[in-house]
Amino acid sequence: MSTAATAGALTAGTLRRAAESPGFLSPTGVEITFLLVGLVTLGAAVVTVTTRQLVHAALWLVVALGGLAIEYLLLTAEFIAWVQVLIYVGSVVVLLLFGLMLTRAPIGRSPDADSGNRPVALAVAVVAAGALVWVVVDAFRTTWIDLDGAPSGTTEVTGASLFQHWVLPFEALSVLLLAALVGAIVLSRKANAGSEPGASGEPGAPGVKDTAPPGTATGVTRARRDQEGDR
Amino acid sequence: MTTTTLAVLVPLLPFLGALAGLLLGRTAPGFARPLAVLPTLASLALAATVAARQGGGPPVDAATELTPTGSVPIELALHIDGFAALTAVVVGTVATCVQIYSTGYLRDDPRYSSYAALVSLFTSAMLLVVYTGDLMVLLVGWEVMGICSYFLVGHYWETPEARAASLKAFLVTKLGDVPFLIGLFALAADAGSFRITRILGAVAHGGIDHPTLIALLLLAGVAGKSAQFPLHTWLPDAMAGPTPVSALIHAATMVAAGVYFVARLLPLFEASQAAMTVLAVMAAVTMTGSALAALAQDDIKRVLAYSTIGQLGYMTGALAVADRGAAVFHLLSHGAFKALLFLAAGVIIHAAGTNSLAAMSRMSHLRDRVPDAYWTMTVALLALAAIPPFSGFFSKEAVLGVAEHVVTGHTEHAPAAAGWIVLLAGLLTALLTAAYATRLWLLAFRGRGTEAPDHGRQPLTMTTVLWVLAVPSLAFGGFAFRVLPDWFDGHDLTPTLTTSVLGTGVALVGGIVTYATWRHTTAHAARVPLGAVAAHPEGDAGQVEAEAIASHAPAYGDVAYAADPSDPGRLLLGRLHRHAAVGFHLDAVYSALFVRPVRAGASIVRFLDREVVDTYVRGAGILPRWLGAAVRRAQTGNLQTYVSALLAGTVVLAVAAVLVATGA
Amino acid sequence: MHLAYPAVLAALLFCTGLYGVLARRNAILVLMSVELMLNAVNLNLVAFDAWLSRAAEDTLHSGQALALFTIAVAAAEIGIGLAIVLAVYRNRGTSDIDRLRDTAEGHDPDDPDSDATGRALPAPAAGEKAEATA
Repeated sequence: MSTAATAGALTAGTLRRAAESPGFLSPTGVEITFLLVGLVTLGAAVVTVTTRQLVHAALWLVVALGGLAIEYLLLTAEFIAWVQVLIYVGSVVVLLLFGLMLTRAPIGRSPDADSGNRPVALAVAVVAAGALVWVVVDAFRTTWIDLDGAPSGTTEVTGASLFQHWVLPFEALSVLLLAALVGAIVLSRKANAGSEPGASGEPGAPGVKDTAPPGTATGVTRARRDQEGDR
Repeated sequence: MTTTTLAVLVPLLPFLGALAGLLLGRTAPGFARPLAVLPTLASLALAATVAARQGGGPPVDAATELTPTGSVPIELALHIDGFAALTAVVVGTVATCVQIYSTGYLRDDPRYSSYAALVSLFTSAMLLVVYTGDLMVLLVGWEVMGICSYFLVGHYWETPEARAASLKAFLVTKLGDVPFLIGLFALAADAGSFRITRILGAVAHGGIDHPTLIALLLLAGVAGKSAQFPLHTWLPDAMAGPTPVSALIHAATMVAAGVYFVARLLPLFEASQAAMTVLAVMAAVTMTGSALAALAQDDIKRVLAYSTIGQLGYMTGALAVADRGAAVFHLLSHGAFKALLFLAAGVIIHAAGTNSLAAMSRMSHLRDRVPDAYWTMTVALLALAAIPPFSGFFSKEAVLGVAEHVVTGHTEHAPAAAGWIVLLAGLLTALLTAAYATRLWLLAFRGRGTEAPDHGRQPLTMTTVLWVLAVPSLAFGGFAFRVLPDWFDGHDLTPTLTTSVLGTGVALVGGIVTYATWRHTTAHAARVPLGAVAAHPEGDAGQVEAEAIASHAPAYGDVAYAADPSDPGRLLLGRLHRHAAVGFHLDAVYSALFVRPVRAGASIVRFLDREVVDTYVRGAGILPRWLGAAVRRAQTGNLQTYVSALLAGTVVLAVAAVLVATGA
Repeated sequence: MHLAYPAVLAALLFCTGLYGVLARRNAILVLMSVELMLNAVNLNLVAFDAWLSRAAEDTLHSGQALALFTIAVAAAEIGIGLAIVLAVYRNRGTSDIDRLRDTAEGHDPDDPDSDATGRALPAPAAGEKAEATA
């Protein structure tokens, strides 16, 4: 099927459904569910980027990502929904929590969670949101997703398409993951672990200024900081 | 070899010698002396051969055009007539003598090799001027001489006098060279060629439209090079250079170039009565003024320098009455005895340890220390004073005779006024010349007081040269006045009875009066002790001279002047003495006319540059500077700021793109 | 269901993430915001896939495949990102983004005390922090 024909059929279908004018709410009420879950997701996301408690941010991120998984389910993409739960909620958030702890993030309210760039960030984000919403609404306000019939995102369907049409990218992705794995190990490895026997000094606060002259004590300082980082 | 090849080799050999001397001087100092003397000697031999072959016959002409140069062609041309051949011989002789003399005079000088190379280059440039038949090539030699004189006068550049003198020599001659260059262009534009033969042909056919303008422009350059009033002031100051250089500049090269140039193009000047009159006035003022100034100088070399200016005045006077034969005759004989005078003066300065006549007049037995210099200088001074039968007599009488011819109306080439001016000024100058020659001789050799210091015999190279030059000073004139007309235009150069009697008479009067005055004043010498001698009398002559020049101003209060009551010149000149000693304040006039306006102009330019132009430049820099400061502040290093700016820009662009796409 | 619902939700989520990336100081919080942005894109992919698989009879399910790939890439990204943050923290003793100002104008690369230099810069955030800790 050529692209032009696809576009033509697309336009025809859109026009036909628009002519039918199904309204903003379908009889099944899926829109209401979507809307409510979407509001929760958005709220959780906003709290994630605004809260002053770092660990809470990670937990609110769980809520947002879980809400998104529900949205995927509502869009009949159930495989992706489960992958979302498994990978994001299961591993990514756990990784983030580990990261927070490894960098000795303060528990409780942290006064300096936001940088001085906040007003600019807010302005940019609001303008971007306005522009995007305006364009998206303007473009898709009459587009209707037909969710009836056979679900398009079951494990069977997804697996079939993935291993029929997307095998090569899939394999390439596995190589990418391997590379990321190796890279993460190399990056987070300690610089010269264990080579400094007398490095178990008094742990200071992170970022403390090293007053020792450079050259002689640099190795010791570096090792101490490594230890602090790992703690 | 053909005459042309020989003639080409004459300027080329010293040039190659100079090149080799400059290149090898530092690496192989042993070659410096042979490289200085031998090319010049060979070029003298070749010049003599060329002269013998030319033999006063028709001029030898040869030309080759290297490359087309547009409207007026510039050719490498030779034009050798009797004037060129004989002048080249004199140039070669004097240059050879100077080079030989310099080996002794600058025996221990560390810069001898470059000095000798520059003297060779100087000689080569003069020979080029003498032989060339193309005015543009002549200009090349002319200007090379200018730069060589700059370097050579400034040889003792450690002393401020030498530095100032070299700059002055260069700038004053350049002041004349600018109109000279314009004149050359105007001449070539009128005649359609730079070739001398063609220009003379055009003059003969009346093809020159503006003869007066061109002649006056050219005269400015001639006045600068030949040290004629009012551009003569560099010459006395140029005495700050080593004595051999003075001899070279005064006798054969540089100052002779101007006279020689006018002699070559005399028909062009004859075409303009005004130019001839100007030339006559210039000559008269030059010779009388310089003779008066010479009578007041204390530095022995400055006396000789002013005498050179005066003798050059005779030559230009001869040209002003349209006889180049007499002019070049005087040029040749003057070349011999003036070189001798300078070289002998160098020996005397070395022996006495001072260049001050006042100090010498308080030394006895100086003549016994330097017998060679004493005898040869006596000969040369007699020639200078034009006492028969020395060579100066014949050449000077030739000039006066020609002037008398013009006065009596025997020729149409020159205005009678010019003849009168030249004749009267010439006679007056003859008187004064004899006076200052006598004064120089008396003060230098008849001094009384403490015995002159004995530094042993002078180097053989220096004394031999004196005797070599004494021969032509003694005999050249009497021998030549019969032969030379065949080489020159054919005018008779035999002394006429009237001018001979008049000239010799006034010369004798001048000498006797000076002697009488000296007898009167010399009694004061013992009462007023005066004098300073060089700190290192055992050094080579160059060092002694440099020290003498450098100590003159501190010891006597002035470079040229000494407050000596026993000086006969003081009594003779009376109140004029003070002005004559400083060259009639011409330097002050120049200072007021040129130096101060130029300095004021320079300070104005400096002000404009610093305050006006720079203000605009700084103003133009303000906006970029502010922008730069603003952009600098943006570079906070904070990634989030950068990304914010990036995304804000993206949003703006995206919105703009949507607006354009929707046609809103 | 209207396509506008998921599309608007995705846009809003994206902008929330955007705000987080620009406004958060802690590098890990910035990574979280990046995850939000990625998820917003994923939602778009899924929603458009659901639309196109019916409207244009798309059998490739390219949207869902791409969403899966994005999730995998995001996992890899979070791994590498955390490793980088940890390395920075170890070397600098901080994971605050606005203190990593080595590229600032006037910064001396030979200065071993680059943190202090960064702190000494007249950033308003540094002033805020000083007040807060005092």
